[in-house]
Amino acid sequence: MANYLIKRILMLIPLLLGITLITFTVIHLAPGEPVEMQTAMSPKVSAQSRARLREFYGLDKPLHVQYAKWLGNLSRLDFGRSFAPDNRPVLDKIKERIPITISLNVIALILEFGLALPIGILAAVHRDTLLDRAISFFVFVGFAVPTFWLALLCMYFFGVKLSWLPISGIHSLGSEQLPFFGRVLDLAKHLVLPIAIATFGSLAGLSRYMRSTMIEVLSQDYITTARAKGVKERVVIYRHALKNALLPVITLLGFSLPALIGGSVIFETIFSIPGMGQLFYQGVMARDYPLVMGILVIGACLTLIGNLLADVSYALADPRIRHGKG
Amino acid sequence: MIPLRRLLLLVLLTLTACSQGAPADRAGSRGPGANGSSFVTGSIGEPSTLIPTLATDTSSSDIAGLVYNGLVRYDKNLKLEGDLAESWEVSPDGLQITFHLRRGVKWHDGKDFTSRDVLYTYRVTVDPKTPTAYAEDFKQVQSAEAPDDYTFKVRYAKPFAPALASWGMNILPAHLLEGKDITKSPLARSPIGTGPYTFKEWIPGQRLILEANPNYWEGKPRLSRYVYRIIPDSSTMYMELKAGGVDMMGLSPVQYQRQTNTKEFLARFNKYRYPASAYTYLGYNLRLPMFQDARVRRAITCAINKEEIIQGVLLGMGQIAHGPYKPGTWAYKAKVENDPAYDPARAQALLREAGYVMGADGILAKDGKPLSFTILTNQGNDQRLKAAQIIQMRLKKVGIDVKIRVVEWASFLTNFIDKGKFEAVLLGWTISQDPDLFDVWHSSKTGPKELNFINYKNPELDRLIVEGRGTFDMEKRRDCYYRIQEILAKDQPYTFLYVPDALPVVSSRIKGIEPAPAGIMHNFIKWYVE
Repeated sequence: MANYLIKRILMLIPLLLGITLITFTVIHLAPGEPVEMQTAMSPKVSAQSRARLREFYGLDKPLHVQYAKWLGNLSRLDFGRSFAPDNRPVLDKIKERIPITISLNVIALILEFGLALPIGILAAVHRDTLLDRAISFFVFVGFAVPTFWLALLCMYFFGVKLSWLPISGIHSLGSEQLPFFGRVLDLAKHLVLPIAIATFGSLAGLSRYMRSTMIEVLSQDYITTARAKGVKERVVIYRHALKNALLPVITLLGFSLPALIGGSVIFETIFSIPGMGQLFYQGVMARDYPLVMGILVIGACLTLIGNLLADVSYALADPRIRHGKG
Repeated sequence: MIPLRRLLLLVLLTLTACSQGAPADRAGSRGPGANGSSFVTGSIGEPSTLIPTLATDTSSSDIAGLVYNGLVRYDKNLKLEGDLAESWEVSPDGLQITFHLRRGVKWHDGKDFTSRDVLYTYRVTVDPKTPTAYAEDFKQVQSAEAPDDYTFKVRYAKPFAPALASWGMNILPAHLLEGKDITKSPLARSPIGTGPYTFKEWIPGQRLILEANPNYWEGKPRLSRYVYRIIPDSSTMYMELKAGGVDMMGLSPVQYQRQTNTKEFLARFNKYRYPASAYTYLGYNLRLPMFQDARVRRAITCAINKEEIIQGVLLGMGQIAHGPYKPGTWAYKAKVENDPAYDPARAQALLREAGYVMGADGILAKDGKPLSFTILTNQGNDQRLKAAQIIQMRLKKVGIDVKIRVVEWASFLTNFIDKGKFEAVLLGWTISQDPDLFDVWHSSKTGPKELNFINYKNPELDRLIVEGRGTFDMEKRRDCYYRIQEILAKDQPYTFLYVPDALPVVSSRIKGIEPAPAGIMHNFIKWYVE
């Protein structure tokens, strides 16, 4: 096991290098560069000012020199400074956005798993009944309805018409003066709509997945055996079937690790949530290379770690794999 | 695995708890009118840096405009007036400007404002190490000096009329910046200026808060707080407006005309409407033989019904553009001779005259080549796309085949504009306060990445542009610009389409707004809440 782990971890290094090289190339292949995006069509900017800006950002150097410099900095965990006019360290920009994104995603993820798994099981157990169809209908509505549209409707209904919930942002004006509990309540109120809508939209995938694995497990011989022995149906489902049906879910959990720092642009834009999705989108639109690369590297690391964790925990959870590999 | 059901229960409990918690606060702080004498406005974008010399975006200048001052500014009638300069003189030969600075003005940290600050701002802007986009403004300056604390003199190599307006540039505090690296200065995140509002806080991605400056030289602004909320989606912003979360936003024509005429809305909000400082145009690539014939360009203008575009695209919220100036400003000529009006028959006659004959397919052709071109426009601007479609329909009626292509902005610039690889473009320009047209229309500005990308070259126009910027005499300048508008009307290097209206809406709890040619923000410090 230890050998296997070390091998896997060592493998990550060339993989990561490859990822950075490809992303660096791709992002530079896109037309336009930061200076261009900042100064295009502005009558005030002369060719000299443009050259001055390019030199300031180091864009006048050949691409491989820029890459080597960036990689050198990265090896010292320095993500560089943003190419936006504020020229702030990329890490600062990411740091101020990551807490809200992670908290939102963690809550949404817990809700998603907490709701989708039972829903999927319920549908599998009551397969082909009215209940199953109603559940399918419900989750597919969530999947099919465009988030932005649903969000706007909910904002209008709960925010403008009923004024129960705030419409956008994550804090009310003047919420700093509230006591701690008031601040938490204020934040919670702001998060109800975004989280509810995000969860609703993501139920379909996981619950359908759960339903089909559960159905598959329920048709296994050992389930039939258990039933034949006269084990109670509840025990059959929740002890014998569920344990096995949940195994693949571990892999899914591993895959959702990188998603924790990624945010949806549309979603964050609609709700004015200053998260990673917006930051990344703005970075791409402004061709803010260091920022985009920074976010991609963090995302790539998390993906690789997530995969590793999924593999390892799968091995730990499933004796067949554990014993097979040794 | 058994706790799963308990988890579900827990989740459901939390959910109900949330939805119960919410209505308890129904009469909470978000109702209309709850903002007190704070003024809350929304912005799609977030400022990048609050050192105006380094910024290029409108959000940054929205904030900088309240925190800093320039030496001069435009008044409500778009005339230059003194700001930090109490007065100024231009020497008789037009080469030297002497500014007499206002005394008793203090920086927000209590230090006196002096000519040293002006000199520093000039020096840092022209310093080759400063990554600024504004050095061009001061390139014509030959020398700048500060003979005493309240006098500032600049000399130019030749008379340069736009120079005066360039001193509207925000003045930076020398005592905080001199000898330091401006790109690493903390002022970028917490500025110190001389303006009506002082900086309070900036919560990244959410909002900026400014507070009224009690020591402002024009008197303390009556609205005690200015809150600049970042709301990237305009539909969300509209909801916030209706729920009382913002006091002001710009409406779209549809919102102005169709969604905001209810009694309830009109009681809670005041809508304003005045021409924006921008125009939309159809520009022709004059490198192409097809467009080198002025008759073809005039014919296209004749074939386009500009009024119909304004109705279709702006629901009537705009006016026809005849030239590069905003209607009602001093350089704008109301009646321009030779300006082609909508007249499809005349369009056809002009095209016949230019040698085009109607083909069997209903498309005009000359020497076997059909009169066909592509209008290129940028992605994300629905109004431009619609305008292009209306133009396509009209031109088809006179026998011109038009295709439309929408391209992402970066690629639009690098792959098409910079390389001169386009036929016609549908774009817009902002109209600057000073009527100088050098950058967009002078024949020396046709190089790569320069703004005369349609390659328009007219020696007479060049002469008039240079003459107009070379004198401070308003009468003489106006004559030049009148003549320029006649030439552009005759030549039609662009078909000038429309000047849209700005459609701001402000909560009716805010009083003291006086619409003027400059818009509504000119007397912002006098706005108040009853």
